[in-house]
Amino acid sequence: MQRALMGCLAISVSAAPIGVFLMLRRMSLTGDAMAHAILPGAAVGFLVAGLSIEAMTIGGIVAGCLVAVLSGLVSRLTDVAEDASMAAFYLISLSVGVLIISVNGSQVDLLHVLFGSALALNNDALYLLAGICTVTLFALAILFRPLVVECMDSQFLQSVSRLSPLAHFSFLVLVVLNLVGGFNALGTLMSVGMMILPSASARYWVKGLDMLLVLSCLLAIISCYAGLLLSYHVGWPTSPSIILILGSFYVLSFLFGMNGSMMSKLSKPKHLSA
Amino acid sequence: MILECDNVTLGYELHPAVHHLSIQIERGTLMALVGPNGAGKTTLLKGFMGQVSPLEGSITLHDIQRSDIAYLPQLNQVDRSFPLSVQEMVSLGTWRETGAFGRLRKQHKQRVASALNQLGLSGFEKRLIGSLSGGQMQRVLFARLLVQEADLILLDEPFTGIDSRTTHDLMHLIESWHQSGKTIIAVLHDLDQVKNHFPHSLLLSREPIAYGATNDVLTKENWLKARQLNEAFDEHADHCGHD
Repeated sequence: MQRALMGCLAISVSAAPIGVFLMLRRMSLTGDAMAHAILPGAAVGFLVAGLSIEAMTIGGIVAGCLVAVLSGLVSRLTDVAEDASMAAFYLISLSVGVLIISVNGSQVDLLHVLFGSALALNNDALYLLAGICTVTLFALAILFRPLVVECMDSQFLQSVSRLSPLAHFSFLVLVVLNLVGGFNALGTLMSVGMMILPSASARYWVKGLDMLLVLSCLLAIISCYAGLLLSYHVGWPTSPSIILILGSFYVLSFLFGMNGSMMSKLSKPKHLSA
Repeated sequence: MILECDNVTLGYELHPAVHHLSIQIERGTLMALVGPNGAGKTTLLKGFMGQVSPLEGSITLHDIQRSDIAYLPQLNQVDRSFPLSVQEMVSLGTWRETGAFGRLRKQHKQRVASALNQLGLSGFEKRLIGSLSGGQMQRVLFARLLVQEADLILLDEPFTGIDSRTTHDLMHLIESWHQSGKTIIAVLHDLDQVKNHFPHSLLLSREPIAYGATNDVLTKENWLKARQLNEAFDEHADHCGHD
């Protein structure tokens, strides 16, 4: 249980800020696509070395980066937009992954990869999650300004520096790293929830970027703790429990949040004098 | 001379958006870039910045680097829903000194405060850019240009959708830049404004129609020619035989 908490906390601090940038870049569904794209890499890792975290992680990183780079290249070299080429590559990737696992593994193995198992995290997995968390936070600190400008005014970034493609592809690599880290604890399908739901909820409560980042991390941390407790006491699987807590925060936020929620739209407070 | 185009063709997927342009722009020029929609004006600005590579010919900057160019994008190119404050936005103008990783020093903060004050934005520092009107946002982007202190300033439709008072204030700022020796190239659609404030003009309609003193460029004949060329452009043309 302690290992599960440590691992989930590491991925909370790491994935939530990535999710904020995904949301601000209007790439929330790209996170979901990338989560599917890492599956064949994890499957090949599983095929080669069984349920080895190292092999599945390396496979996932390679597959995710390959899909990110290929979809980026195809969109730049042809007339197709990046979202369409990414959708094409992730679907190909997903089908290859499911095929590999179905032909060579059991349904239990497939469920492990898809939905993870936080309570089964061993020392190696914890080191991996801590490493991914450290790399992500350092990379975000270094890339913060280019990422912000690339999201908001990419032409300005292109006019003052050549960092635009570096910021874009580095960000995609960070997305892949966090999804791969997340799938050990939460599974490929659930790990994207750790990215998107905290930031989507936080947007209803705070306005500034710094507060958005802080609140997203806090919501992710609280959800991990509460989700693990729920899972322990009720006997539910861990990753859906954590994501359901995050989902509850999201529902509460869009109903009662201070910025643009349903409540704030329906209530008509007295307007200011100027 | 600050910028030279030698038989430049710029375009996308081999289709020329700017076709065989040869001009020399002197340092300290205040120039309007005019032409019908789709004439290649924004593409030419991107060519000056190195964001679009010439299909043919060359663009040469004299005694300045690409980083000495400041660019004002069209207002709709900026994502105003991004949660950034006015002060943070204007501070980006210090990028040339701070780069991607450096921190703002005292002199940078003073420059930002001075630019905000000059553009009438004092008191707006903590406001998010999403809460600003179009005119206020354009003032913010001009404040960022002011902080950049660039030698060559490229303005892409700086007055589109802006009220007359803001236009007047921003035009005054552009004229003060001109008087201080900066080179300014602005994409504009209001021909009266061009005639009143811009001594030089380039009339473009994918091909250069006329370049020089504004009164000589913006004649009825030239404008008619520009419209005809723009409308008659053939997307299925054969390969260009121009030498």
